[in-house]
Amino acid sequence: MIAVDVGLVALGVSFLAGVTRAAIGPSTADRAVAADLCLFSVVGALALLAVRLDAVAFLDTVLVATIVGFIATVSLAYLIERRIK
Amino acid sequence: MKVAASIFVLTGASLMVIAGVGLLRLPDVFSRMHAQTKAATLGLACILTGTALSLPGPAVAKVVLALVFQLITAPVAAHMIGRAAYRAGVTMWEGTLYDELGSHGRAAEEAPGPRE
Repeated sequence: MIAVDVGLVALGVSFLAGVTRAAIGPSTADRAVAADLCLFSVVGALALLAVRLDAVAFLDTVLVATIVGFIATVSLAYLIERRIK
Repeated sequence: MKVAASIFVLTGASLMVIAGVGLLRLPDVFSRMHAQTKAATLGLACILTGTALSLPGPAVAKVVLALVFQLITAPVAAHMIGRAAYRAGVTMWEGTLYDELGSHGRAAEEAPGPRE
């Protein structure tokens, strides 16, 4: 369980790094990459919380967040590309 | 919790921290994407593997499904963001040596290349 706690703290650090880059990032692509990292951190934290709290229902959230995150990233890429034309 | 699961979780957590540090410290969009995509994809894969090793019974199937889907889709999504950023004319780092999309190849006619 100590490994899970350490992993949760590390994922929090990673999430904060993503939020910082999304705040200061000069371009929209920076913010999209930072949002991707934030999503990865949240998915990892959900998986670890499923182990930590012994709540198997969190795994459905992990699966759905993975799929929705892919669609969100693809639509962000279209947004970046279309803004210039 | 098994030892192998702990090792996987700790490895994945360190990789996620490395991705965060790279996202904060590298100079331009493409190198930040290089740090974020590779390290975070492998980190999340390690964390999900550790989770699957420490869960009982049928719950493992969902984690494995999420893991496989993540490994398939994360590089595709990063590739799309990188291509969109290049076409949007994001400023490259001044130390960039090769711009293979800009000088030759099919993309040279389509993409105007970095503007600034």
